[in-house]
Amino acid sequence: MTTAIVFVEHSDNAPRRASLECLGAATSLTDSVVAVLSGAGAEEAAKALGAHGAGRAICLPGSDPFSPDGLARDVAAVVGEQGGGIFLAAATSRGRDLSPRVAALLDSALFSDCTALVRAGESLRATRPWLAGKVIATLESSGPVFCATTRLNAFNAAETGGTIEVSTGNSGGDFRELVKELSAKSGGQLDVKEAPVVISGGRGMKDADGFKILDELAAAFGNAAVGASRAAVDAGWRSHAEQVGQTGKVVSPQLYIAVGISGAIQHLAGMKTSTTIVAINKDADAPIFKLADYGIVGDVFEVVPALTAAVATLRAEG
Amino acid sequence: MKIVACIKRVPSTEATAKLSPDGRGVDTANLAYMTSFYDEIAVEQAVLTKEASGGEVTVLTIGPAEASKEVRECIAKGADAGIIMTDPEWGSRDNLSTAKVLAAKLGELDAELCFMGRVATDRDSASVGPMVATLLGWSCVTDVVALSLEDGTAQRETEQGLETISFSLPAVITCDKGLNEPRYAGLKGIMAAKKKPLEEVAFEEVPSQISTASLALPAERSEGRIVGEGPDAVPALMEALRNEAQAL
Ligand SMILES: Cc1cc2nc3c(=O)[nH]c(=O)nc-3n(C[C@H](O)[C@H](O)[C@H](O)COP(=O)(O)OP(=O)(O)OC[C@H]3O[C@@H](n4cnc5c(N)ncnc54)[C@H](O)[C@@H]3O)c2cc1C
Ligand SMILES: Nc1ncnc2c1ncn2[C@@H]1O[C@H](COP(=O)(O)O)[C@@H](O)[C@H]1O
Repeated sequence: MTTAIVFVEHSDNAPRRASLECLGAATSLTDSVVAVLSGAGAEEAAKALGAHGAGRAICLPGSDPFSPDGLARDVAAVVGEQGGGIFLAAATSRGRDLSPRVAALLDSALFSDCTALVRAGESLRATRPWLAGKVIATLESSGPVFCATTRLNAFNAAETGGTIEVSTGNSGGDFRELVKELSAKSGGQLDVKEAPVVISGGRGMKDADGFKILDELAAAFGNAAVGASRAAVDAGWRSHAEQVGQTGKVVSPQLYIAVGISGAIQHLAGMKTSTTIVAINKDADAPIFKLADYGIVGDVFEVVPALTAAVATLRAEG
Repeated sequence: MKIVACIKRVPSTEATAKLSPDGRGVDTANLAYMTSFYDEIAVEQAVLTKEASGGEVTVLTIGPAEASKEVRECIAKGADAGIIMTDPEWGSRDNLSTAKVLAAKLGELDAELCFMGRVATDRDSASVGPMVATLLGWSCVTDVVALSLEDGTAQRETEQGLETISFSLPAVITCDKGLNEPRYAGLKGIMAAKKKPLEEVAFEEVPSQISTASLALPAERSEGRIVGEGPDAVPALMEALRNEAQAL
């Protein structure tokens, strides 16, 4: 059976959830799954992967400081040595930077940000959104290696409970790029693409200060990230990293709450695959209400604090 | 220094997509087009670089002859020349094939620095930049929000925070929002652009690996409801989220 090589990211000696989802995608395509990890803490993180579908893990020493182009060559070499017919990574910042390089080294095209991967007889198929989800394409490749990145929150991690054989791989030298510094976000804030709950604010938040009530609502949820419409980002109230939409991030959380957002087509493109959508807007005719599962017509500065209190009470009750 | 900005003609972000009658392609009959959003940032960065340290900026695209409209608009913002690699297959060319054709052209042009968009807003592939750099053995920094060519550093946004990367030329830089504010073309620029060279060239075909098995429009969401008005509606919302949607 084809071997799938899956690039697994880790932090604090544990695999990242997005990578476990990616391993889950791999196990639905083949029984032979090899995880490849890099850098300090890889061995420790690799031990946890047997329970999630990987039979083997190869830990690359990597370089210190870390090199994006060096990693790509090391990973492509592993795919070659293992005779891998499939290469997968999660569509995180790292995965999106790494995968096209690996694919190019393997002379293969890449399916980015896939929402489904299936076996169709002899061939493999990738389903992925075009035009920020306005069209859903199912595609095949005649390339030597089936290369894809998996969208966050689109696949389930596999719970297989197997064991894993961990070995050490090789890292080459001669780097063109080196990471000099990472200025980490404060307080372990969740990224909008990873968070199970996303609360986005728009022009209706009035100013940067207005977003405080959304930060408070996010804190009450505990597993939420705050997003923003382009209007709010262009006004300088929030950073572009938080922008949701066709020219921001495409998110697909379990719960999306749009606050003071009208619902322009470019915004909808970035959030309409969320499982449940709530809208709060003072204009009953705002287009966002056409898409939302539940809406409240009202002033955000009155409705949001009441919602925060209700969520906090629910959390306190457990 | 030879600087190249790669741009792609894509459907307008306003566009609602329809499938062609045979369901095998996107219906392009009434589609409006634009330069991909992030490619405008790439063009601006190329022009800023020229203004700061000299050089010559070429706007490069693989696309239909109609892309001369987008390329002209980009030249009007301060580039020196445009090249359209005329491509009857542009609707179905995959990322590796695109990267191979662009990489060959960058070599031919003797380019040292290439700016691209973080992602093209048609296929949302975000691959062509790092692929081109890999094929050429160049440096690549993706999703760049700040750049200093003097220091040879670029910053990129990640889920964990801002990453600072040192790199050397030649390089491909993929541009994210925040790197600069693209300028508007003034009348002078538009007039000047008419006199600048815009070539249409043919290229050696590199077959695509990716083919379409099927296309679909996303499932319509079932209609929702307004649960009430003002803060008094919060209990009804909580109830619906807990018991109906099981979202809490
Ligand atoms: C090329 C291109 C790319 C784009 N990409 C994106 C993108 O990625 N993401 C994106 O979001 N947009 C994008 N846009 C912009 C998009 O077209 C809209 O302009 C934008 O989404 C509007 O943001 P908004 O809903 O916050 O503001 P508005 O449309 O101004 O809506 C504000 C809403 O807040 C409500 N409101 C105001 N005050 C209150 C209050 N006190 N209480 C309750 N409700 C209130 C109003 O009723 C209104 O519905 C793009 C546009 C272009 C041209
Ligand atoms: N057909 C093309 N012609 C020129 N540049 C392109 C083309 N396709 C992609 N690019 C460049 O590569 C970037 C990323 O595109 P993509 O990988 O398709 O998302 C774009 O923003 C452009 O800068």
